[in-house]
Amino acid sequence: MAKAPERITVRKTYKLFIGGAFPRSESGRYTVARDDKGAPVANVCRASRKDLRDAVVAARKAQEGWAKRTAFNRGQILYRMAEMLESRSAVFEAALTAATGLSAKAAEGEVGAAVDRLVWYAGWADKFPQFMGTTNPVASAHFNFTFPEATGVVVAFASEGSALLGLVSAIAPVIVSGNSVVVVVSGPAPTVAMELAEVLATSDLPGGVVNILTGLRDELAPHAARHMDVDGILCVGADDATRKLIGVEAAESVKRVHFEDDGDLSHWHDEARQSPYLIVPFVELKTAWHPMGM
Amino acid sequence: MTRHFVASQMRTVDQVGVEERAARLSSRSIKKGAKVQGLRLAVAMMDLTSLEGRDTAGRIQSLCRKAMVPLPGSDVPHVAAVCVYPPLVSVAKRALGRSGVHVAAVATYFPSGQAQLSERLDEVRRTVAAGADEIDMVINRNAFLAGDHAQVFDEIAACKEACGKAHLKVILETGELVTYDNVRRASLIAIEAGADFIKTSTGKVTPAATLPVTLVMLETIRDHYIRTGKMVGMKPAGGIRTAKDALRYLIMVKETLGDAWLSPDWFRFGASTLLNDVLLQLEKERTGRYQSDRYLSLP
Repeated sequence: MAKAPERITVRKTYKLFIGGAFPRSESGRYTVARDDKGAPVANVCRASRKDLRDAVVAARKAQEGWAKRTAFNRGQILYRMAEMLESRSAVFEAALTAATGLSAKAAEGEVGAAVDRLVWYAGWADKFPQFMGTTNPVASAHFNFTFPEATGVVVAFASEGSALLGLVSAIAPVIVSGNSVVVVVSGPAPTVAMELAEVLATSDLPGGVVNILTGLRDELAPHAARHMDVDGILCVGADDATRKLIGVEAAESVKRVHFEDDGDLSHWHDEARQSPYLIVPFVELKTAWHPMGM
Repeated sequence: MTRHFVASQMRTVDQVGVEERAARLSSRSIKKGAKVQGLRLAVAMMDLTSLEGRDTAGRIQSLCRKAMVPLPGSDVPHVAAVCVYPPLVSVAKRALGRSGVHVAAVATYFPSGQAQLSERLDEVRRTVAAGADEIDMVINRNAFLAGDHAQVFDEIAACKEACGKAHLKVILETGELVTYDNVRRASLIAIEAGADFIKTSTGKVTPAATLPVTLVMLETIRDHYIRTGKMVGMKPAGGIRTAKDALRYLIMVKETLGDAWLSPDWFRFGASTLLNDVLLQLEKERTGRYQSDRYLSLP
């Protein structure tokens, strides 16, 4: 009997995640993702400003419907994301180990923490409005109350220190209130981000609520900050020059801008990295005057 | 007479060739200065259209303001015309004044055209009397599809006469004509019967304007021009929503008919939402920032 020929492994093509689909970069460009020892892991798309533009269009289209869903339903969907991530934890542990050189134990810890963080924010979906909303005493016959609403489309530049936990920590607090997000992943393990995109695509999350671009932060940040249809910028671990650039360019359309410190895995494991106050930067507090006692 | 002419002189359309040519022309890319020039031309060629049951005088007035000054604070030119239903012609006429923006109206029981000829002609006369500069008529598709080309010809000629000084645009409704041969035949009939413009669609039937259909019509205009020396205008309408689409049409006009047709006198876009997208792209070129339609008025 003839010996079976050796199998050729089928390798995954890492593309972008825009509007629930996985298109290639329109530019045709790519970068080589390398592990901690410098060995190539995969070719990944290097998103262009036109990919960013397309992603913002998809995010804008999805945002209104996402914000209109009940808070409870948004919570359910975040929880579903946690479920899907949990069931694929082995894939993520392997990807993290291959891409960043984490020990098996540390990778297991990071995936577990990412799942838990999603569950944690899922719980806040129908609670943060009570927590942040107020009733205000006023000197007239009105019932005066303030409540938070989603800001709109947010572009997030995710952590370059933690490929999975840092990424989830950028996405969850932004979308839980009803924003849509375009995440730019420029860290050392872009393959992990695109694995997460596959989780999102199967989590009942409407297409376009989360879009993931792999690319260079310095290249995309000015275009994101200038874009008139972007309502907010979250930038994790920006240096002073980037902060200034984003601040100045974002002023033209009065975007909400929020900066956070980056760090290694232990930084992201810290309890302080999950907080309802991280939902606050991308909500609008609106006040209504309701006549009463007349 | 018409029937004899059409049957003897019309060559059949090469479907594969037309589609290949349209696809090739639409793969070209226009950048920077030429793009801005093309987009400004597209604005100047636009028939800003509102043909809805819910059109009110107020809606048409705001449409007219947008037609006269598409982008306040800029030097973007005014559009070519505002296109409305006949009862709103007087409103549009008053709102536009002497701005140079024409009033176009869809007459002949748009969009179906299902009425007696006398009623259709009467509507044309009433609409012209109300002040319309341009009349967009629909052809009698049921006569055309039944093969009664002479009747189609006679009706268009009668409409042309009823128009008087107003320009006549003849809507073929290509989405209902099924084949490119029919599109070419209907184009020829309309041109021979005296149309100033031939127009693809009402916008109420899908598919509306497509690039291959437009190419067939442009080539019919070209062949007629070569044969007789008479220029006829072209108006694709319906389904043209993006600046990129508009530029593709302009490329096709330039390649098929030449620079003489690159003017609002000879080429128009029938569109409602296209204008805002063109304005967004013009602003993008001017400021270097991707724009948001939240800063523009409704179409």
